[in-house]
Amino acid sequence: MAITLKINGEEKSVEAPPDMPLLWAIRDMLGMTGTKFGCGVASCGACTVHVDGEPTRSCQAQVGDLEGAEITTIEGLNSDVAAAVQSAWADLDVVQCGYCQSGQIMSAVGLLSENAKPTDEDIDSYMWGNVCRCATYTRIRAAIHEASKRMEA
Amino acid sequence: MNIKTTRRAFLQGATAASAAMVVGLNAKGAWAAGHGGDFVPNPFVRIAPDGSVTVVLKHFEMGQGTSTGLATLLAEELDAKWEDVGIEFAPADTAIYMNTLMGVQGSGGSTAIANSYMQYREAGAAAKSLLVQAAASEWGVDASEIEVQDGMVSHGSNSASFGDLVGMVPEGATPNPQLKDPSAFTKIGADKLARKDSKAKTDGTAIFAMDVMPEGVVFAVLKRSPKFGGTLTSFDASAAMEVEGVVDVKQTPMGVAVYATNTWAALKGREALTTEWDFSNAETRSQDEMEAEYAAAMDEAEGLPARAEGDTAGALEGAAKTIEAEFHFPFLAHAPMEPLNSVVQIKDGKAQCWDGCQFHTVTQGAVGAVSGVGPENTSIETVYAGGSFGRRANFSSDYEVEATMAAMALGDGRPVKLVWSREDDVRGGYYRPMTKHRVRAGVDADGKLVGWHSIMANKSIFKTTPMDEAVVVDGVDIFSVEGVADTEYAIPNMSVTLHDMETAVPMLWWRSVGHSHSGYAMEVAMDMAAEAAGRDPVEFRQDLLAGAPRSLAVLNLAAEKAGWGGDLPDGWGRGVAVHKSFNTHMAQVAEVSVTDGKVKLERIVAAVDCGVPVNPDVIRAQVEGAIGYGLGHVMRQKITFTDGEVDQSNFPDYEPLRISDMPKVEVHIVRSSEAPTGIGEPGLPPAGPAVANAIYAAMGKRVMHLPMVDDGVEFS
Repeated sequence: MAITLKINGEEKSVEAPPDMPLLWAIRDMLGMTGTKFGCGVASCGACTVHVDGEPTRSCQAQVGDLEGAEITTIEGLNSDVAAAVQSAWADLDVVQCGYCQSGQIMSAVGLLSENAKPTDEDIDSYMWGNVCRCATYTRIRAAIHEASKRMEA
Repeated sequence: MNIKTTRRAFLQGATAASAAMVVGLNAKGAWAAGHGGDFVPNPFVRIAPDGSVTVVLKHFEMGQGTSTGLATLLAEELDAKWEDVGIEFAPADTAIYMNTLMGVQGSGGSTAIANSYMQYREAGAAAKSLLVQAAASEWGVDASEIEVQDGMVSHGSNSASFGDLVGMVPEGATPNPQLKDPSAFTKIGADKLARKDSKAKTDGTAIFAMDVMPEGVVFAVLKRSPKFGGTLTSFDASAAMEVEGVVDVKQTPMGVAVYATNTWAALKGREALTTEWDFSNAETRSQDEMEAEYAAAMDEAEGLPARAEGDTAGALEGAAKTIEAEFHFPFLAHAPMEPLNSVVQIKDGKAQCWDGCQFHTVTQGAVGAVSGVGPENTSIETVYAGGSFGRRANFSSDYEVEATMAAMALGDGRPVKLVWSREDDVRGGYYRPMTKHRVRAGVDADGKLVGWHSIMANKSIFKTTPMDEAVVVDGVDIFSVEGVADTEYAIPNMSVTLHDMETAVPMLWWRSVGHSHSGYAMEVAMDMAAEAAGRDPVEFRQDLLAGAPRSLAVLNLAAEKAGWGGDLPDGWGRGVAVHKSFNTHMAQVAEVSVTDGKVKLERIVAAVDCGVPVNPDVIRAQVEGAIGYGLGHVMRQKITFTDGEVDQSNFPDYEPLRISDMPKVEVHIVRSSEAPTGIGEPGLPPAGPAVANAIYAAMGKRVMHLPMVDDGVEFS
């Protein structure tokens, strides 16, 4: 059946069963590949998108439940918080393989949108569900602090 | 025809002679071949009329920073402006893009910078010399008086950008590469040079194999034998074909392929598939049985000699004190963040493979052979790899061959994208070999280490591979015992023996290979020996490394920077380890805290000597990452078996290191002038034992059975 999803401000129609996870609709049906498949069981965070502003594991969100929701993917980030996060990420060269980083950034934007000055403990707690097998974690912490500073400026 | 395809055709048509050209032998007319307006002085770089410089990468990028490293080497000698430098992955073409330390086009063994250091510098210098000749000819001045800086060529009041000079290199000009004295480097060794892959990896535009979906692509997953070595006897696809989106189901030599219009439908179709297997040649043992066989082998026989120096038995017998330790290291999966996948299209007598390709020569050969079109008709488009840790390189190119077989079984010329789920990955074999390692060591009355006996048991990685003859010596795979048999410690009486175990489970190099376990056993047992000798662990090691100045220097540097011997808060402990691997010298001091019996990793101070540090910030990143990757596995990751089936399946039960586990890491880099050596792997081996020694210092517990949670260690 045709389901209408609002992604990055645009309405998109996908022919998919209602229980298809949003992840696969975004990637395989709509060809937007910035959102990644890592585990399929909400255990790694690589597939994180925002649904109505909340970081959400798209591998568990079913398209049938999302009509009318505002979905934002890495491709659609355009807030001041996102700009601070992405510029800090690039300037600190956080990435290694990079495959988890869309999800890390979507979660970091979620964190800083709720808490503009997180402590290391706040970061560890909020970002716990985003796995980085390259273990870029020390730089993720540093980049979130740096983004927090840039948001003040 | 666009520039890209023209250049590719040029590169693929080039011969070994053009590879030789970059060492300045003969490049006559090489750049004059048609290439869509770009200046292509050699197969490693091209310069566009707009001044942009593209460095062609013979190594893939799995996060290790090689794309930045190769660009640094070339741009240094070219004197390009860093912001103008872009990167592009080379096609599979072994004659041009061989890893000179491996003999094939491919990446591994922490060799990328080591084997490219001179080659990419020479390629940059050769290109610069031609631009200089173009300017000299244009301005009528002597080439030796021309200066080049940041992409600009100048002489007196004359100046031209690289882009201005494209198309002006005189016919017949010969490159005259002159390498800089290292004191003139501005990029090599610069403390911070922005990574070339950062931006695309922070805005979602970086393309991994998982993101490659050519026109007409069919998504596929494969149902494999649940036990290694099983063979398919029958299957029933009727329920699978009922799943919305499933388009076909086919048997392949590697399992049953389920094809669909999207990955999710393929996965659901596979769940609905029923299969029957013959396990008569399969691994059907459980973990306890396998471990008991390892232990029995070690009890019953001496094993194959891997090192025998002096009179170890006599030395241990005469020792004032001896220590004994028995270590267990589990099978481990690599579990790179991007599950394995590859896209293969076979059409019109040609095969095309899109892949985060680590082993170009092998994969080109395998896809060419399996598809029947031959390697010469097989092209590989390399894209970013979402991690590997060794997994994407193996002698059978397993997942690319699966994709090829799936494309052949479908047989209609459409591109087939074969995706592994995380469960496929965790259960897919090619593991770090399970290893048991017993150590007996003795010290004399003066506190000197006088004898060391290591008995090891594991399955060889290299036996039956094309490298068998090269690395298996008298039955001993040198990678099974590396890190012990070739230790730098001056131990007067030392013997290492190996029991070569068998299982149908495929083994593979896993970040730092044999060092991933040998470093742990060596360095924990060394701490026990130091304790038996009544000596400080750093001082005890200093003595034994007197003849290994570079390792001694990093040991001293790490100890100094960590404040070795200084006070720590109550409940904290400090531990040290030093281990050479991939020709790189690495020492680490770990600090842990213990609260209510629970251990927290607080800080690791690392000191590294990897020769000339080409990109210090990439080196720091690799050490940080190798420490984290290693420690996650040391803490709680393992692969085990029940009746031949893998017990774990996904991250909830193959629990990776998370951000809250990650200690602070400081990396101190020796400003060496020696040739560059590896950095992707050497950060891993010392991390585990440094932490184990810190845990002992904090709570008096020796941890010898990995993962640590299986040895009674609780983490906060």
